[in-house]
Amino acid sequence: MAADVPNPVFKSGVLRWIDDRLPLVSWSYKEFVAYPAPKNLNYWWNFGSLAGIVLTLQILTGIVLAMHYTPHTAYAFASVEHIMRDVNWGWLLRYAHANGASMFFIAVYIHIFRGLYYGSYKAPRELLWMLGVVILVLMMAAAFMGYVLPWGQMSFWGATVITNLFSAIPFVGESIVTWFWGGFSVDNPTLNRFYSLHYLVPFVLVAVVFLHILALHQFGSNNPVGIDLTKKDKIPFHPYYTIKDTFGLVVFLMVFAFFVFYAPNYLGHPDNYIPANPLSTPAHIVPEWYFLPFYAILRSTVYEQLFAPLGFLAWFGISAKLAGVIAMFASLLVLLVLPWLDTSKVRSSRFRPIYKWVFWLLVIDCAVLTWAGGQVPTTTVVWIGQFATLYYFLHFLIILPLLGKLERPLPLPKSIDEPVLPPRGGVTAQPAE
Amino acid sequence: MRTRDLFLAVAATLGFAVVGAAPGAAQDGHAAIHLKDVSWPSEGLFGTIDRAGAQRGLQVYREVCAACHGLQYVAFRTLSDLGYNEDEIKALAAEYTITDGPDDSGEMFERPGLPSDRVPSPYPNEQAAAAANGGKAPPDLSLITKARMNGQDYLYSLLTGYEDPPADLEVPAGGYYNAYFPGHVIAMPPPLSADQVTYADGTPATVDQMASDVTQFLTWAAEPKLEARKQTGLKVMLFLLVLSGLTFALKRKVWADVPH
Repeated sequence: MAADVPNPVFKSGVLRWIDDRLPLVSWSYKEFVAYPAPKNLNYWWNFGSLAGIVLTLQILTGIVLAMHYTPHTAYAFASVEHIMRDVNWGWLLRYAHANGASMFFIAVYIHIFRGLYYGSYKAPRELLWMLGVVILVLMMAAAFMGYVLPWGQMSFWGATVITNLFSAIPFVGESIVTWFWGGFSVDNPTLNRFYSLHYLVPFVLVAVVFLHILALHQFGSNNPVGIDLTKKDKIPFHPYYTIKDTFGLVVFLMVFAFFVFYAPNYLGHPDNYIPANPLSTPAHIVPEWYFLPFYAILRSTVYEQLFAPLGFLAWFGISAKLAGVIAMFASLLVLLVLPWLDTSKVRSSRFRPIYKWVFWLLVIDCAVLTWAGGQVPTTTVVWIGQFATLYYFLHFLIILPLLGKLERPLPLPKSIDEPVLPPRGGVTAQPAE
Repeated sequence: MRTRDLFLAVAATLGFAVVGAAPGAAQDGHAAIHLKDVSWPSEGLFGTIDRAGAQRGLQVYREVCAACHGLQYVAFRTLSDLGYNEDEIKALAAEYTITDGPDDSGEMFERPGLPSDRVPSPYPNEQAAAAANGGKAPPDLSLITKARMNGQDYLYSLLTGYEDPPADLEVPAGGYYNAYFPGHVIAMPPPLSADQVTYADGTPATVDQMASDVTQFLTWAAEPKLEARKQTGLKVMLFLLVLSGLTFALKRKVWADVPH
């Protein structure tokens, strides 16, 4: 942790007495006030604290929503309408919570892409990055189970489709799904356990976020130049980054508020305003936008078209469905080993002329996957989804390991105060901002 | 430099959300159907519910739609949103019969409706509704404008969309051709015909007018806090706008002594 930071001096004797025995105040002071942060962080570094704040908002709105919500198949949908119509400011709580999930994913996805662009996952920050992947997986679980709670048509059928994925596991799949459901279909026991877990997971998330911050403060933040910094390159977190993060938060809240007040259902699906009906399947079952890239990978993995050569896997008992499930989870798990797949020692893309373009190709690839995940899977959509899926894995498993060996990085500056780069179109001419 | 990064960050935030949600708008399999695009008073940053229109719409609902469609999440007391006073709401609720109970002797009993009651549904349960309507229950209308893609335009288009079928389409018995219903064959007979209701305010009861009025009423029914939401939103946005200016100025001042 920030060991080179002096202890705060307490004027109050009572506070000193307490802090001697329980150093909570001096710990907070060291980690969130005096904590030395690089002085050249740009606005892309705002999204970590934004994600933390949105998580807090989700927990606060969620706790109040839970006071008015009824986790029972016969009452859940009506209790949500009760919140919307009868609870004071209930509509605001619910819209803030539902759109807050989207905002959380926006912040975290930008945070992840920032890490990818500036190589924040590289030594010595591998565990910091891996804890981040754990956070992503946990928030996906929380979001998935939360979407089931209103018990609309998409809640029910989304839960049915996703839990059914586990039936692809050989031999024990069906039993596992029955165990998940607590019965032989998605029903009241499923809703009850999802409610319980949806309340639990965010607090596990908070714990992992603290580990994430603990790991972050061990070596301090990476920075846009990506080189290791000395003490003179750093400034105390407060007031410099508290005010910068506050300004970023206000701007982010304007985007958040726009959705909550003017387009509260834009990111949702109209079918979820129809009560769940096990006898009537919606024309298209589509997950929330933040799951679409993964859904595209799942659906693209069929032994047809581009992936027809994978048909031999069926001989080994791996059905196309199982392969899709494996591919979907692999697309997340590959991020865990990213620090070892990227063989380049240079962190920031500013000094990696080829990786910089490869990074943007990955961004485009993820956008294509997002698009493909939301479309009706026609032949064309499957072709596009398959190419995008293939490229996703090529990026991490082939391109990154090779690029580290083949690419000739630009010379790194000795410090962030002495730029060695020749001016390049004025866009990133001054890395030491 | 940093300002540019800020703009990029904001643009990316918006871009992700819009790109991410775009499939949500495009995924409806019946993209070939183009709904009538009506400019509703509830749309936009300053959107409101047109009370006169919504009151006429309530009349259309009660005299036409309510024969088959429920409105189970709407309580009579909330009709004050549309400009009805307490006595009017009491009188309106009392026109309905509510089954209540059990009383002290264990019997269910019937009583006139109260403002605290919700609008009773036309059928005792979904099975009865389905049995009386050829196997499929007419949907409850409480949330209908939110439960369909582009719900207001959809509802209005549907109500005004009964036409003669194209020559190559065989409409099965018990079905009706509708230009805007997914699949074009709908079990609901054309619900509206000219002068079907007599408006108290003298508005001519054309099919168009009734469809528009009932759409506005059901927009309110689906989102009764719509006006409060948009008005609160305006205050919140203005507050955040001022706060962003103040925090940006403070940020510049705090950072002025950092050489970068």
